Amino acid sequence: MDFELTKAQEQFRKTIRGFTENEIRPIAGAVDRYEATVDDNIKKLAALHINGIAIPVEEGGAGGDHVCYAIACEEVAKACTSTATLVSAKLAGLLIEMLYYYGTPAQKEKYLQPFLQGELEGCFGLTEPEAGSDPGRLCTTAIKDGSNYIINGTKTFITGAPLADFAIVMASTNKSLGTKGITAFLVDCDTPGFSKGKPEQKMGQRGLPVGELIMKNVVVPETAIIGKEGMGFRLAMKSLDCGRLGIASVALGIAEGAYEAAVKYSKERVQFGAPICNNQAIQFMLTDMKMRIDAAQLLVYRAAVSKDKGSSSFPFEASMAKVYASEVAMFVTTKAVQIHGGYGYMNDYPVERMMRDAKLTEIYEGTSEIQRMVLARTILK
Amino acid sequence: MSIDIKLCKDVWVFIEIKDKKIENTSLELLGVGKMLAADLKQKLCAVVLGKDVTQYTSLLFSFGADVVYNCEHELLETYTTDAFTNVLDEIVKEKKPDIFLFGATNVGRDLAPRLAARLNTGLTADCTALSIDPESRLLQQTRPAFGGNIMATIINPTHRPQMATVRPGVMNKIDPKECYGIVENYPVKLPAENLRVQIKKIIKNISKNVNLVDADIIVSGGRGLGGPEGFELIQQLANALGGVVGASRAAVDSGWISNDHQVGQTGKTVKPMIYIACGISGAIQHQAGMTGSKCIIAINKNPDCSMMKIANYALCGDLYDIIPLMVKTIQEQNITK
Amino acid sequence: MKLIVCIKQVPDTTEVKLDPKTGTLIRDGVPSIINPDDRAALEVALKMKDANLGTTVTVICMGPKQADAAVREALAMGADSAIIVSDRAFAGSDTWATANVISSAIQKIMDYDLVFCGRQAIDGDTAQVGPQIAERLNIPQVTYARSVKVLGDSRYEVCRELDDEQQIVEVTGPALITVVHGLEPIRYPDFRRIFQAYSGVFEVLNWSQEELKIDANKIGLKSSPTNVKCTFPPELRKSGIRLEGTNEEMVKQLFDNMLGEHILKRRA
Repeated sequence: MDFELTKAQEQFRKTIRGFTENEIRPIAGAVDRYEATVDDNIKKLAALHINGIAIPVEEGGAGGDHVCYAIACEEVAKACTSTATLVSAKLAGLLIEMLYYYGTPAQKEKYLQPFLQGELEGCFGLTEPEAGSDPGRLCTTAIKDGSNYIINGTKTFITGAPLADFAIVMASTNKSLGTKGITAFLVDCDTPGFSKGKPEQKMGQRGLPVGELIMKNVVVPETAIIGKEGMGFRLAMKSLDCGRLGIASVALGIAEGAYEAAVKYSKERVQFGAPICNNQAIQFMLTDMKMRIDAAQLLVYRAAVSKDKGSSSFPFEASMAKVYASEVAMFVTTKAVQIHGGYGYMNDYPVERMMRDAKLTEIYEGTSEIQRMVLARTILK
Repeated sequence: MSIDIKLCKDVWVFIEIKDKKIENTSLELLGVGKMLAADLKQKLCAVVLGKDVTQYTSLLFSFGADVVYNCEHELLETYTTDAFTNVLDEIVKEKKPDIFLFGATNVGRDLAPRLAARLNTGLTADCTALSIDPESRLLQQTRPAFGGNIMATIINPTHRPQMATVRPGVMNKIDPKECYGIVENYPVKLPAENLRVQIKKIIKNISKNVNLVDADIIVSGGRGLGGPEGFELIQQLANALGGVVGASRAAVDSGWISNDHQVGQTGKTVKPMIYIACGISGAIQHQAGMTGSKCIIAINKNPDCSMMKIANYALCGDLYDIIPLMVKTIQEQNITK
Repeated sequence: MKLIVCIKQVPDTTEVKLDPKTGTLIRDGVPSIINPDDRAALEVALKMKDANLGTTVTVICMGPKQADAAVREALAMGADSAIIVSDRAFAGSDTWATANVISSAIQKIMDYDLVFCGRQAIDGDTAQVGPQIAERLNIPQVTYARSVKVLGDSRYEVCRELDDEQQIVEVTGPALITVVHGLEPIRYPDFRRIFQAYSGVFEVLNWSQEELKIDANKIGLKSSPTNVKCTFPPELRKSGIRLEGTNEEMVKQLFDNMLGEHILKRRA
C-alpha cells in the first residue's frame, strides 16, 4: 500500500495549484456575484493541454491519469466551484467517456478532438422536467424517418448548455422498452428546430452555465447515434461513474478551500483579547472538519486509482466517494461560516459562497439518495 | 594566476559616475572604506573611470580618499562591462590592492563578478556590514542570505583582492572636509574592438521616479490590501503626509503595483523617519529593507504578525477603515512632517 | 539557434522561517522551486524558440539529485533537453567554483549561440554566477535583460531594465544574457509535457566531475575563495506600543504620540 503521489502527479498538482492561485482565485468572487462565465480560464487551460487528462496524447488527450483528474478538480474547487465543475467535464467524465469509448472514428474527429482542443463546447442532456432520478420517464422521443431520426422534447438543468456547440441528447426510440429504449444522439446546436432556454438563476455555482435544450422536429442522421439504438442508457450509466469521481473531487476541493479559510480566519480574528482559535470550541470544529476532509480525500483518491487500474470496484468506490465528499463539503462549509461568525454570512469572505456552492454537489450527477440506493444494491447483491 | 597576498595593501573603492555625478553609494563606500583602512593602517584609494574625471578628485578627497586613481578615456564615458573590466584588471594586477569595494548597484553587480572571475578571487555580494578581524586582519563581509532570513559573515583568506559589493543606503558617508591627497593619472589603452556590447539607446525612465531611498516618509502596502485599488488609499495617505508609496514583494508579485516601489531584500533598502506598513505581515525579506526606519507604524488585521511586533505603533484593524481616519485627522489638524 | 539556459533549484525563501530558539533556518517542508529569475530566463529562450523554427533549448542545472524536479518542470515548460550537473565534489562551491563547473558543462556542449541565466538566485541573491560564467567562456555578457530580439548573423538586440533607465544594446553571439523576472508574463508548464517529461520523452543527461573532466582545485568548498565564517539571525527590532480601543481612538493616540515625540508637527 502506498499513499504517495508520483513525481509527475506532484508536478501536476503544483502546476494546477499555481494556475488556480494566479488566474482563478482572484476572480472567483466576481464570477459568483455577476454570474460571469469563466470561459477565458477554460480556454487557457485547454491551451495548456489539460483536457482529456487520461486519454493518450496520440488521441488528443493529455496522457495523464485519473488521479490527476481528481487533483485538478480538487485544486480548482478550492478557489472556484463554477470553474471546477466545468473543468471536471473538460478533463474526463460523462461526455468524454461516451465519445472516447463508444464514438465512431468520425464522431471522435468531429466532436471529441475539437472538444479537447477547446474549439467546441458540448453538453450532456439526460435530465427532463419530469425525469430526473427516474430516466424511465423520459419524454424526449426520436422517431425513425428513413435514414434519419426526428427528435422532439426538452432537456432541463443541463450543465454547459448555454455555451454548447453540440449536445449528447438521450431520447426514447422505443417507449415501451423503458430505459432499454433510450438512444444517445449527437446533435449540433445549430440544427434547425434546436433552441436553448434562458440560463438558470441558481443558489450557488453561479458562474456555471446551466440551461434548457429545446428540440422541435430536430432531424439528425443515423450516424448521430452513439453506440447502437437502445444502448444509450447503459452507455451513459457506465460513463457516469467517472463523472462522479469528478464531482467527488470538486466537493473535496470546496471543503478544503473552506477549511483553509476557516483556519486562517480563526488565527486572525481576535475576541476577548486572543485569537478565536485559542478556544476549544473552535479547535474541535477545525479538527472535525480536517478529519472528514482527510477521510473524503482517501475515498476520492482510492476511487481514482481504481479507475486507472481498471478495477471493477470503481463504480462502487466512485459513488461512495461522491456521497461522502459532498456531505463533507456541506458539513465543512457550514462550520466554516460558523467560525467566521457574522462575517461568514457576508460576501466579503468566500465561505458563504462555498456553502452555497457545496449544496449542488449533493444533487448533481445523481443525488446522495440515489447514490445510496445504488450502493445498497451492490452491498446486498 | 592569483595575486600574491603578501604584496597586497590598501583599500580601494570603485567610484561610480552617473550623469556627471558621483553616485551616493560611492561616497558611502568611502565612508566605510576609511574605517577599514584605519584599522589596517593602510591607505584609502578611490578609482575613477570615465571622461573628464579630474573634476571629481577634490570631492573624493573631501569624502576621505587618500589616493585617487584617475583612468581617463573617451570609451569610459558610459559604462560597459568589457571596457571597465579590462582597465580595472590591469590596474589591480599592477597595484595589488588588499580590498576592493563596489556599490551593489546595476553597474557594480555587473562589473564586480566579471572582474573577480578574471582576477580569480572571491567576491561577496550585497554586504550590509564590513569590518576587519583584529587577529587575522581579514575583511569580514556580512550579508543577508535566504531572503534575509539569516545573516552570514564571509571571509576570503587566500585570494586577493578581497572583493565585495555593498548595498546602497546602508553605510554612512563621512562629513566632508577640505583635504588633499595623492592623484595618479593611470594611462588607459583601450582598443574599441575589445568592446563587444554596443549601447544603441538609453531611455531614461521618467515613470520610475519613485525615490524611496531618500524619502522621509514611506507608506507601504502589502497583501492585506486585497487588490490594486488599495494603493489608491495608500497614495492618499502618502500625499497627506508628503511621503512616497512603497510596497511589499507580495503586492508587487500580485501585479498591483510596479516593482520600483518594492521595499525589501529584493527591492530597496530604506531608512525613512516614518514607515507606515499597511497590510504587510512583515516577512523577514521585507524587514531586511526597512528595519532601519526611525518610526514604524503597522496597520494590520492580524495582531500577531511580525510587522505588528516590530512596529513602534501597532494598530490592529481594517486598513480600509483606519487609513481614511488618518487622512481626515492629518487634514483637520494640519499635521505635517 | 542553440540556446542554453542555466537554472537553479532553490528553497522558496518566502516560506523559510527562522527557529526563534536556535536561530537556525527551518527548511523542513519548504517547497523547492525553480529560481524566479531563471524561470524568466527560460521564458525568454522559449519565446525565441517559438518565433524561430529549428531553435532548441537545453537546460543545465547544477545541484543535488533532487534538482531533477526542477529540470522536469523546465522540460514541461518547453525545453527540449536537460543536463543535471551533480557530484558530491561540487558541494559547498561558492560562485567562483560554481561558475567553473557550469562553464565546463557548457564547454562540453560546445555548440551554442546564447547562454541564459537568471540575474540572481533568491537563496543567495549574489547575481555573480552569470557574469562569472561569461568570463570563463570568454564571451560577452548582457545583464538585467528583459527581452531579446534576433537580428540575424548571430547578432541580437537586448532590452536591459536597470534601476532608472532602459538600455537597448546589441551583442554578437555567442554571448551570455542574465534575465530579470517580474517584467514579462511567464508560461505555465504544459500539462501534457509534464507527463512526457516523466516518461522519458525528453533527453535528460547526468554529468558528474568525471564527465566534465574538471580539476579538483577548481570546485567545491575547499577550492572556493570565499568561506562562510559564521551565520547568525538578523537583529529584530523591539516591540513598541500596541494601540487599543476603537479605530478613532487608535488614530487619535497615534497622532498624539507622534506629535509629542516631535516626529510630526502641526503646520504653523
